[in-house]
Amino acid sequence: MFREFGQMLLLLGSTLRALPQVFRRRRAVGEQLFEIGNTSLLMACLLSFFLGGVLALQGGAALVHRGLGSQLGGLVGLSMCKELAPVMMAILIAGRIGSAMAAELGSMQVYQEVDALRTMNIHPVPYLVLPRLFAIAFALPALVIFSNLVGWLGGSFIASFNHDIAVPYASFFASLREMVEVRDILHGLLKSFVFAIAIGTVCCHHGLQTRGGPRGVGRSVTKGVTNSIILILLLDYVMTRILLPFDA
Amino acid sequence: MNQEVVSPSKVVSGVQASVRDLHVAYGKQEVLRGIDLEIRAGEVFVLMGPSGGGKSVFLRQLVGLEQPTSGQVLINGEPMSDETRHRFRLAMVFQSGGLLNSLTVAENVGLYLTEHRVRKPDEIARIVQQSLHRVQLPEGTSEKFPPELSGGMRKRVAIARALTMEPQLVLFDEPTAELDPLVAVAIGREILHLNQVTRATTVVVTHDRELAFGIAHRVAFLADGRIQAIGTPDEMRANPLPLLQQFLAADFTPH
Repeated sequence: MFREFGQMLLLLGSTLRALPQVFRRRRAVGEQLFEIGNTSLLMACLLSFFLGGVLALQGGAALVHRGLGSQLGGLVGLSMCKELAPVMMAILIAGRIGSAMAAELGSMQVYQEVDALRTMNIHPVPYLVLPRLFAIAFALPALVIFSNLVGWLGGSFIASFNHDIAVPYASFFASLREMVEVRDILHGLLKSFVFAIAIGTVCCHHGLQTRGGPRGVGRSVTKGVTNSIILILLLDYVMTRILLPFDA
Repeated sequence: MNQEVVSPSKVVSGVQASVRDLHVAYGKQEVLRGIDLEIRAGEVFVLMGPSGGGKSVFLRQLVGLEQPTSGQVLINGEPMSDETRHRFRLAMVFQSGGLLNSLTVAENVGLYLTEHRVRKPDEIARIVQQSLHRVQLPEGTSEKFPPELSGGMRKRVAIARALTMEPQLVLFDEPTAELDPLVAVAIGREILHLNQVTRATTVVVTHDRELAFGIAHRVAFLADGRIQAIGTPDEMRANPLPLLQQFLAADFTPH
């Protein structure tokens, strides 16, 4: 396990060293960004709307019961931008994009495409890993901003239409504006950036380490996604702990 | 098969490859057990042997894709490294072709030149068309993607890609595997023709006896991780080594 973690850090180091080549790889980065947007946007929209809705539904009843219904917007706003949007979007991206990365690189490894690159002295890290990692590191925070907006809308929708809660839009967003600050949004974006690097590195590593035909590709995908999710939750705690003093 | 298609873009001088006491083991399993070999500049050298004998592993060692457990590979006397591979332009045609499925045929063939920026885009396009023409791929192939091609066409594209590198050493891993006899013969002739016009040292790994004796200047027989016999095709046919004769005589006739 420690050896594998070390290999992932080495892969990340090589990718960072190749960063000056990113402009040259802009076409591949664009293709990856399109892939992420195309496959994740609708799912992110649905997920975020209902996340906001569930938060409003559960939190709203408790707050209204205590006469604190006017604070619901702030609760939904903060929960979405600091915790739920970064974590849930990261898990979604690990499942949809991380799995695709591991599968694609795994297939390339199994069908000797990576070896062919190496015989042509084309290093797989700048050619294959860099565009994927760069695209996901840019796309996930962007997706989190989108998720925040949709989640807030979902929360406000449920808050106003549910008869037991009945918090009007104006009151919901007034509370949200009062409680959610720019640094709270940045908190979530920073988390999502770190999660994106973790997902990209883990999934590309497992893809490039694939051995043993189609079954090996399947194994790499499973390992890539599960390890990414474990790492997301672990990093979430670490990042929250580190960022906590800045919230005060 | 018409072999007078186009003249080669460049005649290159082949390199000499030397293998010294090469051992390769994966865990406790020793695949190559001390290979000593000289591959002469410009020759067609065929490594033949039964499946699982270590032929493909040897080829991966020769092109520097794997590190040996012990021993070394020298190209024109220089130890194998990324730099050596780049300087002497070693090209390999993989058993599966090794084409990038996300790129068109033209992009695959021009990949080396594009990535290393050794030519201008319009010049690359011209070289790609020349290479595709040289391996006799039909018009309209260049914009197709590898999964749309037959096995034989994929092999030809892989050969065309190797050609654009103007290699001094070309390695072929089972070039006729999974091909029908007509296409296999055509690919064999292509390999021979390219060796004649480019003078690049050519190493072919195969268990196809007809291909081996049809194109080789010299043949080596690899079995059980060791070179069991080496010589010209005629010398190999006359070699009394039982394992070799058994390999050469194998057919479906009931005993």
